[in-house]
Formats: sequence, structure tokens, C-alpha cells
Amino acid sequence: MKMTGSQIFLKCLEREGVKHIFGFPGGVVLDIYDELTRAPFIKHILVRHEQGAAHAADGYARASGKVGVCLVTSGPGATNTVSGIASAYMDSIPIVVFTGQVPTPLIGNDAFQEVDIVGITRPCTKHNYLVKDVKDLARIIHEAFHIARTGRPGPVLVDLPKDVVQGVTTPKFPEQIRIKSYNPNYHANPKQIKKALELILKAQRPVIYAGGGVILSKASEELTKFAEALQIPVTTTLMGLGGFPAPHSLWLGMLGMHGTYYANMSVHHCDVLIAVGSRFDDRVTGKIEEFAPHAKIIHIDIDPTSISKNVVVDIPIVGDCQDALSQLNALAAEHLPRELSQAHRAWLAQIDQWKKEHPLTYDRNSGDLKPQFVVEKLYELTQGNAIISTEVGQNQMWAAQFYPIRHPNRWLSSGGLGCMGYGFPAALGAQVACPDDIVIDIAGDGSIQMNIQELATAVEYDLPVKVAILNNGYLGMVRQWQQLFYERRYSFTPMVSPDFVKLAEAYGALGLRAEKPSEVEAVIREALNTRKPVLMDFRVAPEECVLPMVPAGAPMHKMLLT
Amino acid sequence: MRHVISVSVDNEPGVLSRVTGLFSGRGFNIESLCVAPTIDPDVSHITLVTTGNEMIIEQIIKQLRKLINVIKVVDLTATEHVEREMALVKVKAEDRQRAEVLRIADIFRCRVVDVSPASYTLEITGTTEKLNAVLGLLKTIGIQEVVRSGSLAIQRSRKD
Repeated sequence: MKMTGSQIFLKCLEREGVKHIFGFPGGVVLDIYDELTRAPFIKHILVRHEQGAAHAADGYARASGKVGVCLVTSGPGATNTVSGIASAYMDSIPIVVFTGQVPTPLIGNDAFQEVDIVGITRPCTKHNYLVKDVKDLARIIHEAFHIARTGRPGPVLVDLPKDVVQGVTTPKFPEQIRIKSYNPNYHANPKQIKKALELILKAQRPVIYAGGGVILSKASEELTKFAEALQIPVTTTLMGLGGFPAPHSLWLGMLGMHGTYYANMSVHHCDVLIAVGSRFDDRVTGKIEEFAPHAKIIHIDIDPTSISKNVVVDIPIVGDCQDALSQLNALAAEHLPRELSQAHRAWLAQIDQWKKEHPLTYDRNSGDLKPQFVVEKLYELTQGNAIISTEVGQNQMWAAQFYPIRHPNRWLSSGGLGCMGYGFPAALGAQVACPDDIVIDIAGDGSIQMNIQELATAVEYDLPVKVAILNNGYLGMVRQWQQLFYERRYSFTPMVSPDFVKLAEAYGALGLRAEKPSEVEAVIREALNTRKPVLMDFRVAPEECVLPMVPAGAPMHKMLLT
Repeated sequence: MRHVISVSVDNEPGVLSRVTGLFSGRGFNIESLCVAPTIDPDVSHITLVTTGNEMIIEQIIKQLRKLINVIKVVDLTATEHVEREMALVKVKAEDRQRAEVLRIADIFRCRVVDVSPASYTLEITGTTEKLNAVLGLLKTIGIQEVVRSGSLAIQRSRKD
């Protein structure tokens, strides 16, 4: 049967199981948008800026574990998605971005709203395509979804020239996929697994350092089982939060620049470090030469390029985290139950000591409204059950420190790219994926303004996301660095903001404000009891710092604690 | 250390830019690059010369393998291989120098591919070292222009 390009496009999305698209129309995608009126199986959410579409697709993917999809027009529509694509790329999030393109005869002619988006996004996508012939459309879309969701996931962009979308052909929808040069290795080598387990069983001071790979491969149950069976403490990266059920007796919290004292001390002093689905980012390792200096390192990752990229690894294991951990669990079972060695018990006692000496804390008696207090209250009043998204900066670190995440896919944060403006649209995406959950964006007064226009989207589609703005009147994290390393010269970090309560009302959302600690609970309760989007403006202590902190370039055990 | 890397890729627009983008984006260096289709018209072959320590070369090879359009990557440096490069060089040749240029060409088995009253154009094929040696000698006479192909390399067949 003959079909147009736009009919094929929508048929392909249906075959991939797509239920939601985040998008914004324009000249060259008119045909697709016209066809959308005849596609009841897909719900299109109209964002207010294309960056919001990319982040929303990302948040949707993180919360649901499915591929997020967005659709935008050529030129500025396409370039506006780039920050969102780059963020998804850094965090290995599966999204497929469809961009319109000028008709093929015009490509390269500097046509109206033309941009070489395939060229622009080459370094920040897992793969991208320019479709030149409507006959290739069905195959390419199928490949795009396959590449986005398999192996180390990531964003894939498909550029659709207008004449391709308007073209007519009898499509062949591929059932199977064969890309001869793309075969990710899921199965970890059993020999390496055996070697790793031997090393782990002999370890006196083992630590697991888990990252986003645990979430992406749905390995958190296997991870928890392994850690509990062998009594190994677990720290995770920002991306790995939710991969291990916090709070837990073996839980060390997050490591790295704003990690807990005890997580960083444990990694610094361990003799075997088991890295699972993590990539030794500089925000985690600090001064790389002094990272885990006494440890033999085991590294499990599906992406071979992650292994021995920053740190030389003793036992590399290329494979899916879930596969590797279940093999480790099966093999470890032969050694169970197992009496812990004297040294291992002493190690756990040492860690408990560190936890007691320097727990995560802040000045609770100052009388000021502290941002950490707000996050703690959010945790308490949601019983830790909300999906949390964050913006970037101090708000993100306080959220990571004071809202322990119990389950995977409940924590959405732009980790690698550190993209301000991520949290709010990502929260909308998560709310679309999980309509019955409470979704909270923990934000700052700076970063919320980077995509504040999406309030209109939230109101239009009745997405009752709660935004908790930790409003300190500064670009807080940059201000903190200026305070600590630039002698308090606050260059362009003080910031004037609109009245967020009135702003919320102008958009048709609810605005609430708390200026004193005593007002916080009532505000949060009202927000949680309101079935519409809410902006909560918490006027917090302006010069509060995120602590502990490892100064950039310092080794991890040299933390600023006060 | 210098490494010669052999890469088979899909013969499609944009693939070369994915390969070179990988190098520029990570600050790796490309010393030379040779690309042409193979006997299979869907596959192109790239011979790439780069330098770096062991960790960098390992990264380069893994990153190349990660590209969806890259079919096969072999580091030829670790194996027995034959390497050749070609140069076309326009040498000033007047009066007595005309004979000297031809003598050098003869010694190094170069071919004269173009002649004018004031110059010869020579085709030189060999290893990079040989090309450097010939060009060094011709430089004293006067090189007007030189173009080099970059290295091509192929694995030696097993002899047993």
C-alpha cells in the first residue's frame, strides 16, 4: 500500500510503542503535524521552547525506562534542542529527536531555516541520520530506536527533509534489525567475573562505586543482593542515586566533590574498588593521580571506551551491569554463608566511625530558613516517595544529599553536562510518564528561569509538577566558589528575580511562599494537596554553602567540612 | 609512539567527518589519512597514522569501534605489515642540475611524470623514511612544490 512519508513516520512510531511526543511545529514539519491529527494513539505535548522538548523527552525516558521522543522543525527548532541532546548524551539517556529539514534540493543553499543539524549534533549524539529517500525512512526510524535503547543508550537524531516527508512509497517495515558494525556486548566474560570475585573475596576493605549504568541496565536488585551478601558498602555517583536503596546500613551516600565525608574516605582508603556502570568523572575522582590510591580496581561497563579512559583498571569487565552482577551473585553463592574476616569487620566499624564523626549536616539552630531544611521537609512530607528532578547547582547537590532516593528511575538530574534549565521540563516529562506520582523539581532561583516558560505547558496539559525554588538571590554555586576561591568578589552572581508567586498565578498555576522555617511545612502540604502545578518560593539563607566540598583538583580525602 | 591504524567503514556521506571529528573533539592528532572505496562499493577503507601513548591509542581504537559506521579497526603497528607512501615533487632543474635530478631519481627508482625546460616532476613511492630521504636530497637542488599521499598500509599474509 502506498503511503506518504508522514504516514510512514507515524506508523513507525506506533510500531515502536511510542505514546507521547514532546514537540513544537514549524514550516517543514507541517505535513507530519497534519498527519498527527489522524493519529489518536500518540499524544503530542506542545512545549514552549524546543530545549524544553528535549529535556522533557529525557525526563520521560529516565522515569519510564522507555525511549523519549521529540519532534521539532528545522533551523532554530533544531538548534534549540542541542543542549538537551548534549545532556542526554553525557548521561546516556535514550531519546530520539526528529528534526525537520529543508527539501533535499535546497540543502546546502542557505535556505530559510536551514541548518546542518546532523553536522552540529555529530559529537553529541550516539548516532544521527539525514534521510535522503522516503524508501529508507522506515528502516532508519527502526534503527534509530534500536541504537538509542541498546548497548550504552544515548540520543539519536533523525533529520527529515520536507520532500522526504511528502514523498510517497510502498514501505517495508523491517521486523528485524541488522547493523553489521553495531553489536553491543551484553554478556560479561565469565573468566573475568571469576577473577573479579576472587579479588573481592580476598579484599579486606572493599567498596562498590556504582553509577548510572546500574539504573540503565535495571541492575539495582542484583547490586543490592551482591552488596548485602558480601557485606560491601556502596557509594553511588549523582547519576547512580536510586540504584541502591537509600537509606541502608551499607549505604555511604554520594561520593565526589560534594559527596559525604564517609563515602570519600572509604574510597580513598579501600583496597578493592568495584566500579559498576560508572565512568570515573572528574567530579567523582578529584585529583586523578590520588584517586583510590591503595585499591585494585574492578570496572564493569558496557562501553569499552569507558574502561581505562581516566584510571587504569586492574580487572576490566565489558558487559551489561545486570548480567555481570547476576553472574557475580551466582558465583558468590557458592561461598555463602561466609564468615567476615577480622579486617573486613574492622573496615565496616571504621566506616561507622566516619559516619558518626562527620554526618551530612547543617546548622539547624540558626533560626534562618536553610535550603537543606526545605529538602528534608520535602522528604519527610512525601515519605521519600516522590520522583525528584533537579536543576543544576547548589539545589542539585542539596537534593542529592538530603533526599535519599530509594528506587531507580526516581531521580532525574543533568549529571554530565550540568545543564541549567533541565529540571523543570524533565519533571514535566516524568509526570507525563508517571501521571499518578508526585513529581518535584528542586530548583534554584537562577536555573528555574532558564526554562520557566514551560509553566504554560504544565498548566495547559494539567501536569501537576511541584517546583521547590530554593531562592537565595544568587547563582548560588558560582557564588560559593567566589566566596571560597575568589575572596568574595561576587561578580554577576547576585540576581534579581520576578515575584514567583505572581508569576505562577499569571500562568494559571499556584504560587506559594515561605520565608521562615515555621512556614515551610504548611507550604509543602498545600502544594502536595493541590492538583495543579505549583511554584513554591522558599526564601532561604542567601550565603549557605554546599558542604562537604572537595576543591577542584584536590584529592578526595581533602574535603572542606565547614 | 607512531601507530598505523587500518579502518573499514560504511561508504556513506559524513562517515569521514565522524572519524575525524572523533580525533579533533578529543584532542588526538592525525598525522596522515588515506581514504578510498574498496572492491565492495559499500565499504571504504581508511589508513590512518597517529601518535600517542598506549592509553591514548587504546582510546582511539575503542572510540573508532564505537562509531556505528565503523566496521573493523586493526592497529597494524602491532602486526607485520607493508607500508607505502607516494609523493609528487616538482624540482627545479636547469642546466647542470637536470642531470643531477635524473641521477637521484634513478637511484631511488622514481619516475619522471612531467618535464618542462626549467623543472622535472617526479613520482616517488616508498616508506615514509625513503620519501623523507629523497626530499632531503632534492631540497638542496630546489623543490618548487610537493604533495604527499599519506601512508597506505596492509597486513602481511601468513607465510606458513
